[in-house]
This record gives sequence, structure tokens and C-alpha cells, in this order.
Amino acid sequence: MTRRLLGPGLLALVLLGAWEAYARLGGVDEFLLPAPTRIAEALWVDRGLLWDDFVVTAGEVLLGIGVALVAGIGAAVALHFSPLVRRTAYPLLVASQTIPIVIVAPLLVVWLGYDLAPKLAIIGLICFFPVTVTALDGLRGVDPELRKLMRTLDASRWQAFRRVEAPAALPSLLSGAKIAVAVAVIGAVLAEQAGSSRGLGHLILQAIPQFETARAYAAVVVLSAFAVSLFGALALAERRLVPWANRNQGDNA
Amino acid sequence: MPAKGAPILDRQAPVGEPRAAAGGVLVDGVRRAFGDVVALDGMSLRVRRHEVVAVVGPSGCGKSTLLELVCGLQRPDSGRVEGEPAVLMPQRDLLLPWSSALDNAALPLRLRGVGRTEARERARPLFAQLGLEGFEGARPHELSGGMRQRVAFLRTLLSGKPLLALDEPFASLDALTRAQMQEWLAGALAREPRSVLLVTHDVEEAVVLADRVVVMSPRPGRAVGEIEVGLPRPRKRTDPAAVALRERALELLR
Ligand SMILES: Nc1ncnc2c1ncn2[C@@H]1O[C@H](COP(=O)(O)OP(=O)(O)OP(=O)(O)O)[C@@H](O)[C@H]1O
Ligand SMILES: [Mg+2]
Repeated sequence: MTRRLLGPGLLALVLLGAWEAYARLGGVDEFLLPAPTRIAEALWVDRGLLWDDFVVTAGEVLLGIGVALVAGIGAAVALHFSPLVRRTAYPLLVASQTIPIVIVAPLLVVWLGYDLAPKLAIIGLICFFPVTVTALDGLRGVDPELRKLMRTLDASRWQAFRRVEAPAALPSLLSGAKIAVAVAVIGAVLAEQAGSSRGLGHLILQAIPQFETARAYAAVVVLSAFAVSLFGALALAERRLVPWANRNQGDNA
Repeated sequence: MPAKGAPILDRQAPVGEPRAAAGGVLVDGVRRAFGDVVALDGMSLRVRRHEVVAVVGPSGCGKSTLLELVCGLQRPDSGRVEGEPAVLMPQRDLLLPWSSALDNAALPLRLRGVGRTEARERARPLFAQLGLEGFEGARPHELSGGMRQRVAFLRTLLSGKPLLALDEPFASLDALTRAQMQEWLAGALAREPRSVLLVTHDVEEAVVLADRVVVMSPRPGRAVGEIEVGLPRPRKRTDPAAVALRERALELLR
């Protein structure tokens, strides 16, 4: 574990060092590009400010992912069980992904106001698709021989779903959730910048005209750390929930 | 080591479909094709109630297809398949990787609405009989191939259906364990008979376990010969009569 982190850690240090040297020795105005040490300083000095806005953004992200998971799993199950839904709704679902959320976000704010609702809508829209598609792939990808086995044991449709299809789809769903957390953070910032008076996205927008560039970067650091820890939490959950999947890699991890 | 003891048959098992009056199963002039590949053509066979019929035949001659037809998992293109409700023990063990060995074996009980604790209690004694004690809580990937096959076998038995369709059930066992399992199955069937359709590539196994051995042709598969075994039980594979029957079956296969 520690050995695996050594390489990336060293590389990150080298890159940060190069950035530091460039920012300090290259004569770059610190309002244009603050050095990493300046950003670290801002992280500490502005910790109260950052924390307050982080709580807001984190809440939006977690709720948004929750909405996307519920809706996405629901949609996947409906698509899985009903050929009619699959034929009619699936093409629309795919087509909906061509809608540029960046452009729609301000319109949603116009419609839904400055509160939580447009944030959840935007995060939900972004995360819904990966969750639905991976869950559906998981459900449909069940070994046909296993379906046959459940038939010969007289399992009902529901029993086959609960005992075989759902657990078999879990690894795939968790991969979808990992994609979702990565994009959820982006979605939250996007939503806040489209119209909000709180949150890290809003803080970044405000910091720039105030020449608090280091603070804006500090907010970016917080957002990334949050996304990475969500991803890590899901990876841990994966190990606990689906120990049978990828166990060959798991053995020497 | 297989021990004798608790009953393996599940008398409380509900029977889903109406039973054919005579029991057993009848396969009559069945044809089954997959696109251009004709798996079975003119296949006929009968398993009487509580009879053990072994099917031997070259690889790809439609043995697995035959069992799926008997279990109602496929329909014949033409011909007739009728008989008692049958359960398939597939060629691959197909254990659920997320369940323990005990829960895998108890799955058919759970599917019939038996509670978790009771289902486990009913499956547990069978683990000891098949030399699986101590592995109740193991996940399938922690078991050897032979152990997995035994768990799959228990699962098949616990389905409680009157006809067992076994697809090479002992194929992945080592010679010693296979002999023990055959002995155990023979004993279990002697105590509590069931109708059995047993596909095997092991002619010796067929002669030791079966009342009759049906020999199939290469694809498209059909029955080309039938041997009444009629030897007293328990049988020994080294018994000269058994050896002679084995030779006859091998002769038919050529
Ligand atoms: N679902 C399917 N789709 C297409 N072809 C199939 C299917 N099932 C079986 N076949 C073909 O039918 C033929 C018979 O297959 P089957 O599995 O019944 O043979 P088998 O006697 O069980 O072979 P083995 O001894 O190797 O297990 C084979 O040629 C196989 O390729
Ligand atoms: Mg086969």
C-alpha cells in the first residue's frame, strides 16, 4: 500500500515543486497564478470560510448522488423488467445525454430558483445516466446459465431478481457510482455558478474579482479532496460488499 | 467420507405440474436444432418411476440438450417430452459466488419459502454425509472443484423434485472421491428411490449406478443402443459381469 503510493507521491511533489519555482522565480503575478505554498496558506487562513461553503456543496453532492442512485436504479430495474419501457424510454434516455448541461443549468435556475432544487436537478441529471447504464448492464449481463438454474429450481421472476440478478449487478452498479461521484462534484460547482449565494462554486466566482486567486485555488483543492475521498469510500464499500468480484486483484492488493 | 443417515428426500416438496400417471419421463422422437446445428434427431428414451437411466455418448451429441428438454428448459422442435417435474444439475456447478456453501445448497428450500434458519438446519446434516463438514460457511471460490460439485449436487437434491437430471455430476472429482460419491448416491437411492437421468462420459460409472444405459450416436444424437444392467446392488466396478457390460457399452459407442 505505502509502496504503491510512493511513486505517485513523488511525482506530485516534483510537479508541485516545478509549479512553486515557476510562480516564484518566473515573475508571475500571484493574482494570476499563486504558488502552491500560497494556496496552502489560503487553505489555512480561510479555513472558516471554506468550511462553511464546503458543507453546503458537500450536502448538495451527497443529496444529488442519492437522488441519482434512487432514480437511476429505479430506471434500470424498470428498463430491465419491461421490454416496452426498454423500447420506448431507452432511446430517449440516451438522447437526453446530448443535452449540454452547462447551457441548461442557468435555465434550470431560472425555473427552479436559487435553492437546493436546481442543484439536485443538475447533479441528478449528470449522475443519473452512468448509474442507470451500469446498473442495467449488470442486470442484463447475468450469466444465462444462472437464469436457467433459477428456472429449474422454480424461482419466480422476483426471486431470480433478488437472489441472482441484483447481487450480480452490484459490482457494475458500484462502478457506475464511482463515475457518478466524480462528475457530481463538477455538477455541484456548475449549478452553484449558474446561480447561488453559497457553496464552493459561488466562493470561487466571488474570489476571482476580489483578487483572492489563492482562495479560489484552495476551494478547488477542497473540492478535489472531497471527490477523491468519496471515490475512496466507494472503493472500500466495493471490497466489503462484493468481495467475490475482482478477487484475484484483491488478493495481492 | 459419505456416511449413511438422515433422509435426503424432501417429502414436503410441492409438485408443481401434474404428474404423469406412470411417473418417470418419456422422450419420443425428439428433434432439436440450433440454426444449422442439429443437436438431436429422432431421440427417444424412457425413464420409469424410480429408475436410474444413464446416458453415454460422444461429446457434442446433445446430452446436455436432452436434459434441458426433460427439465422443460427448452422445447423440442418436434417430438414429445412428458413426465414428472425434473430438476437439472447443470454441467457447470453455477454456485452463487456471494452465498456461502450452506446457503447455496439450501437455495431451493429458500425459494420455496422456507425460512433461512430452517433451510440451513435442513441442509447442514447433508454436508457431513458428503464430507463437506467445516465448509458450510465457505464461499464457492474457497472450495475445490470437487467440493463445489458436491454442493451443487446437494442443491439439486434439496429441490425435492421427483426426477433428477444430472449432467456429468461427478466429472470434476478425483477418482477416489468420485467412487465415494457414486457409492453414496447408490446408497441414498436405495434408501429413498428417485427417478434419475444421468449423463456421464464414464461408462464404468454408468454401469455401477444405472438400471439401464442408453448409448447415443454422434451428432445429431439419437439412442443407438441400450443395455439392461440388471446386476445386484451394491455393485463393484471390478465385478466381471460389470466389466463385461462396460465392454459392451464401449463397443456400442464405437
Ligand atoms: N443454445 C445453443 N445454441 C447453439 N448451439 C447449441 C446450443 N446448445 C447446444 N448447442 C449445440 O448443440 C450440440 C449439442 O450440444 P450439447 O451441449 O447438448 O452436447 P453434449 O452432448 O452435452 O456435449 P458435451 O459432452 O461436450 O457436454 C453442440 O453442437 C452445441 O454446439
Ligand atoms: Mg454437455
